[in-house]
Amino acid sequence: MSPAGRFPDLTSGRRPVGVVSFAQYDNVRREGARNEVEMLMPVVAEVFGSIGITKDDVGFICSGSTDYLIGGPFSFVAALDAVGVWPPRAESHVEMDGAWALYEAWVLLQEGEIDAALVYCFGRSSMGDLSEILSVQLDPYYLAPLWPDPTSLAALQAQAMIDTGKASEADFAEVASRSRRAALVNPKAQVAYDRSPEELLRDDYDVAPLRRHALPPLTDGCAAVVLAAGEKAYEWCDRPAFITGIDHRIETHSVGARDLTVSPSTTLAGEKAGAGAKNVDLAELHAPYAHQELILREALGLGDGVSVNPSGGALAANPIMSAGLIRIGEAARRIWSGEASRAVAHATSGPCLQQNLVCVLEGV
Amino acid sequence: MSEREPVTMMAAPMRLDYEFTAGVAQSKNLHGYAEGKFIGQRCPKCKKVYVPSRGSCPTDGVPTDEVVELPNTGTVTTYCVVNVPFAGQSIEIPYICGQILLDGANLSFMGLLQEIPIDEVRMGLRVEAVWAPPEEWGPTLASVKYFRPNGEPDADYESYKEYL
Repeated sequence: MSPAGRFPDLTSGRRPVGVVSFAQYDNVRREGARNEVEMLMPVVAEVFGSIGITKDDVGFICSGSTDYLIGGPFSFVAALDAVGVWPPRAESHVEMDGAWALYEAWVLLQEGEIDAALVYCFGRSSMGDLSEILSVQLDPYYLAPLWPDPTSLAALQAQAMIDTGKASEADFAEVASRSRRAALVNPKAQVAYDRSPEELLRDDYDVAPLRRHALPPLTDGCAAVVLAAGEKAYEWCDRPAFITGIDHRIETHSVGARDLTVSPSTTLAGEKAGAGAKNVDLAELHAPYAHQELILREALGLGDGVSVNPSGGALAANPIMSAGLIRIGEAARRIWSGEASRAVAHATSGPCLQQNLVCVLEGV
Repeated sequence: MSEREPVTMMAAPMRLDYEFTAGVAQSKNLHGYAEGKFIGQRCPKCKKVYVPSRGSCPTDGVPTDEVVELPNTGTVTTYCVVNVPFAGQSIEIPYICGQILLDGANLSFMGLLQEIPIDEVRMGLRVEAVWAPPEEWGPTLASVKYFRPNGEPDADYESYKEYL
């Protein structure tokens, strides 16, 4: 019996919306030839082409990116050239990872006026000094003037975990070893290898206690997803990954005011999205630094039976502004294939896991 | 302490440096200037010619793969007279900024207009590019010194009304 017409129970919203297509760029350290539009075009073509639709089949387009990476204003407007918006159509943009663009599209789909949306995102770490660029997002009075780079802030978080006895450097190496090994079968991975945690512990420190293996790669990339509501989802996908719950929460931007060893915003978003309500087969967690996976696992209450980051996660490739949406895409395609029935995808933004989005996906 | 003035302002100087990637299509356009040529690209669907192209047709969202060389002549679709001094200004004011639609192109770009009194500049004015000496050519629009009237009768409004 065809599952068409059958939808999972929803924790968030009233209208079932499924992830039905996903595409991502070949994640690279530096895309030196193509501009953003030229990077996005093949990805948009693939996300439509793989399910046999065109831009005329979606009623809304939402993108995620930040002009600070490119150093030019309104780069998100220029990026629309990759889709082609004639005849004119509803379009929006968030200065955030594509996962939040997906959230906006999901909200609009709840209203019922449209049945499908394109979500895309792009970002390049190579055009400027990413450490400097990311420090500009910090509190402008007390933090930004010090130019603290994201790795140093993450190292403070990792050190706090060690100091409180929550984790050790060996635990960080364990995460990095498993993620990079999983990435060996991910054709889009930028960093993949088979090295034991013991071997990784011989790496030099980048910023103590973080050794080289605990850091994400610098990546240029982009990604796209198609969302479809109700029966439309079954029209384009045999087994859509329905969004049964989605929520995002934020903590204070003052890093010093937070307990960095926990992620209450992830916990809250997870509760609102119903992450722990039923069994979870796999989780795709956006943990740019190895130790952050441990914080997220605890925040979401994921047990040992959950397959975490079978794609290799952000340690395999960390295209800024896209790595969060890619987590949703990677989780969704494992539902399409039947590998998973219920998956949790997570995206983060800001220093030390400041803001977090949790998206629960289910196949029927 | 209580007698001190409250802090109402602080300076936090910020500078970020970038390495720009022009892209495949725009690089062809820029390299064209080093050879004294205007290089555009044509959309395979709507046949419009963009100079410069960013690699995609903004209407159809498909690659503009066909490379097109455009002539030195074009039409001023609209213009403005710059009278306001600003930081980094390299040209003596007043001067004229024109939107130039090269013959055969479907996208205008901004160019400097010279060799014409300011009060004679008009929409529809036919112009030609004045290139710098070849030894000064490089991958930059600065290879074109300016545009000047080429003496042809004004273009019919209908021919450029879509490009204002």
